[in-house]
Amino acid sequence: MGMTFAEKVLGKAAGYAVKAGDVVTVEPHFCMSHDNAAPIAKTFKKIGVPKVWKPDHLVFILDHAIPAPTDEHAVNHKEIREFVEEQGIPHFFDVTSKGGVCHQKMCEEGFALPGLIIIGSDSHTCTYGAYGAFSTGIGRSEMAAAWATGKIWFRVPESLKITVKGKFNKGVSAKDLILKIIGDIKADGADYMSVEFHGPAISEMSLAERMTLCNMGIEMGAKNAVCPPDEKVLEAIRGIEKTNEWEAIWADEDAVYAKELTYDLGELVPCVAKPHTVDNYASIDEVKGTKIHQAFLGSCTNARIEDLRLAAEILKGKEVAVRTIVIPASWRVYRQALDEGLLETFLDAGCVITNPGCGPCMGNHEGILAPGEACISTANRNFKGRMGNKDSFIYLASPMTVAASALKGEIADPREVL
Amino acid sequence: MKIQGKVWKYGDDVNTDVIFAGKYTYTIKDRAEMAKVALEDLDPEFTKNAQAGDIIVAGKNWGCGSSREQAVTCLKERGIGAIIAKGFARIYYRNCLNEGLPIIVSPEAVDAINAGETVEIDFDASEIRTAGGKVFKFPPYPEFVRGLIEDGGLIPHVKKSLGISK
Repeated sequence: MGMTFAEKVLGKAAGYAVKAGDVVTVEPHFCMSHDNAAPIAKTFKKIGVPKVWKPDHLVFILDHAIPAPTDEHAVNHKEIREFVEEQGIPHFFDVTSKGGVCHQKMCEEGFALPGLIIIGSDSHTCTYGAYGAFSTGIGRSEMAAAWATGKIWFRVPESLKITVKGKFNKGVSAKDLILKIIGDIKADGADYMSVEFHGPAISEMSLAERMTLCNMGIEMGAKNAVCPPDEKVLEAIRGIEKTNEWEAIWADEDAVYAKELTYDLGELVPCVAKPHTVDNYASIDEVKGTKIHQAFLGSCTNARIEDLRLAAEILKGKEVAVRTIVIPASWRVYRQALDEGLLETFLDAGCVITNPGCGPCMGNHEGILAPGEACISTANRNFKGRMGNKDSFIYLASPMTVAASALKGEIADPREVL
Repeated sequence: MKIQGKVWKYGDDVNTDVIFAGKYTYTIKDRAEMAKVALEDLDPEFTKNAQAGDIIVAGKNWGCGSSREQAVTCLKERGIGAIIAKGFARIYYRNCLNEGLPIIVSPEAVDAINAGETVEIDFDASEIRTAGGKVFKFPPYPEFVRGLIEDGGLIPHVKKSLGISK
């Protein structure tokens, strides 16, 4: 009987064969934390171990509120810098032009590698599955314990196999696929499971598109989400690998799955997730014309160069009708967008471009909504109050749909402006 | 261990943003302060009136969304005795064990329990007893999970396992 990706990776790390349902204790290859490294450091100190287990296995990336918008955030950042100094942590991305959104940086910098086990104190840590890693989010106490002991337990998850075939029609992208999947199987449809993306359409997809899919695995409850570590992945990581412990691991043909689903990209249309849940799917025809007050093109879900290009194509030579906030996923993306003239396109169109980071995604700064306002956003969550006010409304959509909507001041079909 | 408390009842897919809002994640650092804003965007009545010992009863996928542990801490500090749900999102589930907040999966009990009634949970007998006299058994925690809860959460548990006494 064949094995799933999760069974293989966790079995390799545990040192013996495992199957879904077993509980294993493993050593993670990397532990990622963002601005919450400060409270985790405090918890770590309560344990009473003087030094973290392996300083070079910790990665700190400031992104949630940078540069610090309040004195609380400033103190938080300061505590992280002090801890980095004290512990000699080499992988630290501070508020500089080397930084960006943590999940983007983990992939850009060669931490996200096939077959590695990566834990992060952020629920969207599942993004690194795009590079073939087993990566998952955990809470603060658990991260502090992992720094101290170098160990974490996992129940080997059951797996959900999603096979994707066909080609996207004009105006449709990976975001529309993942919103459709979550709409179909709902917010708990993959609870505790490892989601594997298979099929010819996944091979066709760029790593940026695969990151969008894996990023939102958590929105259907998944423990992790993963794509095959194919040539595109190997090409992307060549020369930037932060460890040589990686290995291209993939599920067996005859692996056993808890559930299997198939999607044909040709059947998809542009869509949104309506307020206030990510599984509240609506096709563009159902919501077209809904008034919006703000558009947000950013976040770990959809702010890579590929995403910015798609939006810029729609915005070029036109002017936005509502305030539109553009936040590239990292300074590397920012620079590339600058070189390609995309930033100029956004500026000419009336967009506001801010420094790379999470921006308004979880209501910290740079675009909080007022009561009664609606925002169309390329981010991953539209929960009540997510962007800072409980009486506002968030519609999740693709970069193309967000750009098209920004032009009209209402939710719009990107196919009509392409 | 036995606990008894008044029930606050909620539906499916209650996410961590409405349990503890994202905007507070770096501005409220004190555990007791976290308790004061618990469920603010979901149920202001709870935020105002929840008492130590109360029990939360909810539908499927309680705690979906963010990994923020404050969504557990705020309830623990509020004195919530336990959460009974049809299911929990996985990070939230782990965070509860790590914070030492007892959680129980029992879809049948959730359907039978009404908001405002008083229920009793007997962890030694693995039973939930409703005001109307109904009894629901739930599976005991696995051994290593019981160790976490009994030690008061992951941090005390790790200290114990590392032989650190204070």
